[in-house]
Amino acid sequence: MRKSRLLYVPFWATYVFLYTPIVVLVVMSFNAGDSPYVYEGFSLEWYGTLAKNAAIREGLVNTLIVAVGSTVLATVLGTLLAVGLARHTRSRALDALGMLPAVLPDLVLGIGLLVFYATIKSTLGLHSVLLAHTVFGMAFVTAVVRTRLTHADTSLEEASRDLGATPFTTFVRITLPQLAPGILAGALLAFTLSIDEFVIAFFTAAPTTPTLPIVIYSMVRFGVTPEINALATLLLLVSFTAVIVTQRMTRLTESLS
Amino acid sequence: MLKITGVSRRFGDVTALSDVSLEIRQGEFFALLGPSGCGKTTLLRILAGFESPDEGTVTLDGDDLLGQAAHRRPVNLMFQSYALFPHMTVAKNVAYGLERERLGRAEVRGRVDEVLQKVGLETMAGRRPHQLSGGQRQRVALARAIVKRPRLLLLDEPLSALDKKVRAEMQLELKRLQNEVGITFVVVTHDQEEAMSLADRIAVFNAGGVEQVDAPVELYEHPRTPFVAGFVGANNIFEGRACSAGLAGEELGILPGDSGLPDGTPALLAVRPERIRLDGEDKGVLGGEVVDVSFYGGISHVSVQVSGRRQPVLVATQGATQVQTGSKVALGWAEGDGVLIPQ
Repeated sequence: MRKSRLLYVPFWATYVFLYTPIVVLVVMSFNAGDSPYVYEGFSLEWYGTLAKNAAIREGLVNTLIVAVGSTVLATVLGTLLAVGLARHTRSRALDALGMLPAVLPDLVLGIGLLVFYATIKSTLGLHSVLLAHTVFGMAFVTAVVRTRLTHADTSLEEASRDLGATPFTTFVRITLPQLAPGILAGALLAFTLSIDEFVIAFFTAAPTTPTLPIVIYSMVRFGVTPEINALATLLLLVSFTAVIVTQRMTRLTESLS
Repeated sequence: MLKITGVSRRFGDVTALSDVSLEIRQGEFFALLGPSGCGKTTLLRILAGFESPDEGTVTLDGDDLLGQAAHRRPVNLMFQSYALFPHMTVAKNVAYGLERERLGRAEVRGRVDEVLQKVGLETMAGRRPHQLSGGQRQRVALARAIVKRPRLLLLDEPLSALDKKVRAEMQLELKRLQNEVGITFVVVTHDQEEAMSLADRIAVFNAGGVEQVDAPVELYEHPRTPFVAGFVGANNIFEGRACSAGLAGEELGILPGDSGLPDGTPALLAVRPERIRLDGEDKGVLGGEVVDVSFYGGISHVSVQVSGRRQPVLVATQGATQVQTGSKVALGWAEGDGVLIPQ
């Protein structure tokens, strides 16, 4: 069948639609002028201002603490939950409930957590954001690992037991390596989601401990500056690196198994 | 050595095993043979420790086996899918079970090398399972199981994943290894030829129960239940009642058989295709018309339509046969070749 060249038009148009805003943002971050909308020549000036902005630095540190902490917790708990769901229960309801926070509207989760923290009279701060992000990050890790588990061969675990391994050794030596690509993908997902999460963080953070998205939000309220563009470009770089690293590492671990 | 007494297992409404009792001797190559879904795999999983029976006991050399967790039993299972660990090399796969016994590194290495040599894979020690052929994977799975020197080795459909040529090779290999290591083997299979050529004794399973336990030749020549007569090898089966000369068929008259049954008992008469003679037209027990001749090289199959019987009678002859489709023939067999089975 002859392929019509015309079909390529909507194909490329889709990509233009997807990436034009991002390209504009990146270009504007190198703008020499003050306006975030009119390009006046190349400069790294805004990256310099960005580095000197104490509020942004503080926000970035907060965000990294929350992202790393919640990713570690979410990965460990999510993996264990996935294994429990796949191997030790047949309840579809529990299955669905374990992954529900992933699709729950952030607003609902945010308000719910805020009410919960108020009820147990917990203070708000980085710890409350960290735990909140663990909740939804865990749901994503569970979903990814759970999918991998359903495709994993249970006879491997039986073979390990048959050869004299205790259930614990079997889990560490056989189950975990089988799940590694899934766990890694889930962890990176939890990490990237946490880094730019706004709604839940907005509800559960204390005014003294804003995360980066909250800092950006409060800056944008007074108008977009090229500084924000520079910051967004850097965030973009982090996300891209995360995606590429995930792809590389899943391919690596998959070729090993 | 292994004593299974009154073992039953139900899954919901399905009875996988009902009151199974078997005794397996030291050093024996024992086969559990039956169609899929007959419960043989469930029994194997009970012996390995992945299932527990609802009723019954299993003892190994007098020790209760069911009370021990799977990883503590002196029993190893070779999985149908082989279940090799994909993230480990061949040597690591084989060493895995020994490392669990906390043996010294030198001893583990020595035993791994020894067993890999035994299965002819010493050059493959550094490979990963996906780099091996089906036959090689099977050898690794076998090596991994026997390196533990279990008292009992269970094999779940060990040859089913191999193509025909490799299968014949591995069949001999399995027998040789079993002789060499002297471990009691229990193999599960649905392939009766495989069971016959491998095993010292065979237990035929049907619908969760044991039909007959016997040596292959005995099983073939003296099937004791209608199921065994139909399942093991090809058979011509006639219905009727026992009489002193054999079987009295309703439409076929008296058919010769080795009757030990009281007269008048409803019975089946089973005659192997290779025991039936093609006689001249006026002699013989049954007369009929040849409807098909198939030549297989070493043997030929002749199908003879006998009036009064719906299915044609199958006759196997050595080499090429002289009879042609459409010719009238008479069929005969010696009294000792007709086996009577009570219905």
